[in-house]
Amino acid sequence: MVKVPEKATAFFEYAPAPESRSIVDIKASYGLFIDGEFVDGHGKSFKTINPATEEVLAEVAEADESDVDLAVKAARRAYTRVWGRMPGSERAKYLFRIARIIQERGRELAVLESIDNGKPIKESRDVDIPVVAAHFFYYAGWADKLEHAGLGTDPRPLGVAGQIIPWNFPLLMLAWKIAPALAAGNTVVLKPAETTPLTALLFAEICQQADLPPGVVNIVTGAGSTGQAIVAHPDVDKVAFTGSTDVGKAIARATAGTRKKVTLELGGKAANIVFDDAPIDQAVEGIVNGIFFNQGHVCCAGSRLLVQESIADEVMERLKRRMSTLRVGDPLDKNTDIGAINSAEQLAKIRELSDIGESEGGERWSPACDLPKNGFWFPPTVFTGVTQAHRIAREEIFGPVLSTLTFRTPAEAVEKANNTPFGLSAGVWTDKGSRILWMANQLRAGVVWANTFNKFDPTSPFGGYKESGYGREGGLPGLAAYLKGIH
Amino acid sequence: MARIDVKKTYKLYIGGEFPRSESGRTYVVNDAQGNLLANAAQASRKDARDAVVAARKAFGGWSSRTAYNRGQVVYRIAEVLEGRRDQFVAELRASEGVTAAKANTFVDAAIDRLVWYAGWADKITQVVSSANPVAGPFFNISAPEPTGVVAVVAPSGPLLGLVSVVAPAIVTGNTCVVIASEAHPLTAITLGEVMATSDLPGGVVNLLTGSAAEIAPWLASHMDVNGIDLTGVTDPDLATSLEVAAADNLKRVRRAPEAPVDWLATPGIDRLTDWLETKTVWHPIGV
Amino acid sequence: MTTTSASTASAGVFDDITASESSLRRFLHGLPGVDQVGAEARAAGLGTRSIKTTAKSFAIDLAIRMVDLTTLEGADTHGKVRALASKAMRPDPADPTCPMTAAVCVYPDMVATAKQTLGTSGVHVAAVATAFPSGRAALDIKLADTRDAVEAGADEIDMVIDRGAFLSGRYLDVHDEIVAVKQACGPAHLKVIFETGELQTYDNVRRASWLAMMAGAHFIKTSTGKVQPAATLPVTLVMLEAVRDFREQTGQMVGVKPAGGIRTTKDAIKYLVMVNEIAGPDWLDPDWFRFGASTLLNDLLMQRTKMVTGRYSGPDYFTLD
Repeated sequence: MVKVPEKATAFFEYAPAPESRSIVDIKASYGLFIDGEFVDGHGKSFKTINPATEEVLAEVAEADESDVDLAVKAARRAYTRVWGRMPGSERAKYLFRIARIIQERGRELAVLESIDNGKPIKESRDVDIPVVAAHFFYYAGWADKLEHAGLGTDPRPLGVAGQIIPWNFPLLMLAWKIAPALAAGNTVVLKPAETTPLTALLFAEICQQADLPPGVVNIVTGAGSTGQAIVAHPDVDKVAFTGSTDVGKAIARATAGTRKKVTLELGGKAANIVFDDAPIDQAVEGIVNGIFFNQGHVCCAGSRLLVQESIADEVMERLKRRMSTLRVGDPLDKNTDIGAINSAEQLAKIRELSDIGESEGGERWSPACDLPKNGFWFPPTVFTGVTQAHRIAREEIFGPVLSTLTFRTPAEAVEKANNTPFGLSAGVWTDKGSRILWMANQLRAGVVWANTFNKFDPTSPFGGYKESGYGREGGLPGLAAYLKGIH
Repeated sequence: MARIDVKKTYKLYIGGEFPRSESGRTYVVNDAQGNLLANAAQASRKDARDAVVAARKAFGGWSSRTAYNRGQVVYRIAEVLEGRRDQFVAELRASEGVTAAKANTFVDAAIDRLVWYAGWADKITQVVSSANPVAGPFFNISAPEPTGVVAVVAPSGPLLGLVSVVAPAIVTGNTCVVIASEAHPLTAITLGEVMATSDLPGGVVNLLTGSAAEIAPWLASHMDVNGIDLTGVTDPDLATSLEVAAADNLKRVRRAPEAPVDWLATPGIDRLTDWLETKTVWHPIGV
Repeated sequence: MTTTSASTASAGVFDDITASESSLRRFLHGLPGVDQVGAEARAAGLGTRSIKTTAKSFAIDLAIRMVDLTTLEGADTHGKVRALASKAMRPDPADPTCPMTAAVCVYPDMVATAKQTLGTSGVHVAAVATAFPSGRAALDIKLADTRDAVEAGADEIDMVIDRGAFLSGRYLDVHDEIVAVKQACGPAHLKVIFETGELQTYDNVRRASWLAMMAGAHFIKTSTGKVQPAATLPVTLVMLEAVRDFREQTGQMVGVKPAGGIRTTKDAIKYLVMVNEIAGPDWLDPDWFRFGASTLLNDLLMQRTKMVTGRYSGPDYFTLD
């Protein structure tokens, strides 16, 4: 009892616990969802693969300009004839119905999301899909209460919304876009990301199952050119985009001189600031959650750790110990913490920036972990000895790579945190209440998580300052983004 | 023999001071009859750059003042303007050739507009903020914060339009660089004098006179400007090119109005919310 | 890692801290805070680990070996204690491969009976002492209670801390009492019960953990089982973090014992996952982790039978105590 064992007397090895994929039925090929039906596109098609195995999952139509035009026309017809004039109470019921079906088919959606995206099943099951359903529930309730939203006495929809979403939270981003748009009375043409189209196509089926009037939701799959066609379409009244800052800027240019309303939710390089009086174990957990949640494919990821110098070594030791318990591997295994990188392209970018981090003098560390042979993988990685000048401290890596810097005073922490063109989110860890509020005031970021990180809720507005974009999703501002004359 | 009057030199208003254009240029401002009224400074891109530096420098202090205090300062501008109303009436009549009654109407409206916006300082936050009932043990609130440095192309009319676009930008805590109406720069600079004597910290409002077509592109592409108000841009091609340039750092853009604006009408809150960012703060609730 | 005895190593290391009430309070209140929401979220997150097949078999056998099979009722009889002791030695009479439990846990007056039945089986006798469960007695009575149990053959003493003193900030009293009881234990190992349900906050649980470890506890234990809530995952999480950090700082290991309210195999496995991932695999041993439980054992046995036979078992096939 008083002796410390030389080595572990027992080894608790978790046996594989795979979630069954038999619940999903992936078709060999998918068309476009236009006017309530799946139709063939006029363009080429592309393959979507499982990033954990590189197995081809399905052949998906690539919508060209004429397909997008058909979709916008369908959306316009649905807006003019049906959805735009339907009483809010009826729209609400459709949205509630969709929310319920999402809950009922939650496991199927979660498994499909993990297969197509590479994210761990525990995350798609416990975070993505429940929050998707919550978004539809939240905005469903707004549909017949718009005049009470404090957004003017006669809130009117915009018309047809063109929506382009990223691959990191495929169905969740769809929900963030479609739920408020429909609640406000708009119809939509949505393009899912090229590498993750499958849950959006399953959502199209759910729209059919819910008897949503044809044309209210149109899903056009494709890549950049499909997105451009949506943005450029003259009959689109609203463009909502979540994705890279570069594409966001291109959209801002493309819509210049038009009357299109635009909201952009773009990149970030969030500082996660740990003071020496922080609840240390929760802070370490918050650091891990901040950067390794969803393989770091999170625009608001806490990718810059700013730790107070006096506890830097201790935090790093605890962080490394914690990182050693992260389980990287099969996204469908219920015990997997970190899944696959979404694409070969993204993996190459993460590798490139990490190599640059090393060549610029950052000290790189990853726990020992066996990565699968096939598929795209990157171990959880932390850099120490990083300065503000390093590229890994400035550029969004969008992967499980954390850059660590130190600070001595609150003012220095704020200065470093704000010293970026981005301004999406920030984290603060300290037990001192007044300091939390001071920091929250000083940080130029749209979301500040104090003693927590990466929390999302449909009632809570989300979006950035500066080059992280404009407009908010979630809550009342998320509704205002789909109504006329409301800024 | 009549006394020779002392003519006023109209300069720029940057960082609380009244410098000439660094370019040394001026341009002729005529009255309604086409007679020389005064020479106005013709601002250059470097003046615009200096104005942005001044605005950025002023932002930290101005944005962190209490809303109550910002409201007091904007109200103070109204007070000082009221005290100098005759000067504005005279300037309006000279430059516009309008009747005394009409000039009085516009000056009254400008003063009242300042008072109206001054009162918003400590109310807009309550109107557009929210306590968010998230599904978990978290305190969660969203509240507005100023966007930063805002470039403003002021509308073409004198005084009232200018006051109507500047007041909402500053009362919310932003600082601004304003390109005054090219045709009516004089009341703008006199308004600058009012501001300079109204407890408004230097740099919160910076007034440039000259050609919007020349200066605005530099502000639109300036990477340290966070928003741009195109209200005074009448050329659609210029408006589009400014919006394109503004995308370089994703400035918030208020597009030029679709129809002529009736500046005498009571405004909405959109000119306030245009220059506000929503910040959401989360904190766990526990013991 | 050096091998040192808790009693010898703690002497000296913490002398400065325990020198006065104020230095002790400064130390305990200087420990990092625990954010309730974060700690509970972490515990819940670990609770979603899916332990199947071989891992589950391993966990069930390990959990059985960690059980302090407990009866602490006023109505306890010598017969019941004998039965319990027999069960501890052969939990599943039908299956000789089923391991023994770690200990039986009884009131002091039942120690001799338990010892008699257990003999040299290797199953320890643990006795709750020090005016269990309230701890409301004078120190000399608590010490007498302890000595009595040790003399009757107890291998382990489960003492309760003076929660009144702790909550009113008289940390040194609590500390000194633990030191005194430990001395009274002689060769027996000391488990210190906090009654975490009465401590209210995780900050207090962390402070109590350090206080007890500095006073030389071999084990820190959540609850008496007489107060609700008893053991919970997040409370145990905080205690596991404490023993982990204590070893980091001193080189000594201290064990953890959640007690009360752990009734199912599923619950027990959640605790083992937490031990594995928070304190580390070194603690996956009956020397370092115990379950204070009574009904848990039968559920473990039913699940064990299911793993072996492939069919679900029922309570009729296992003895009640």
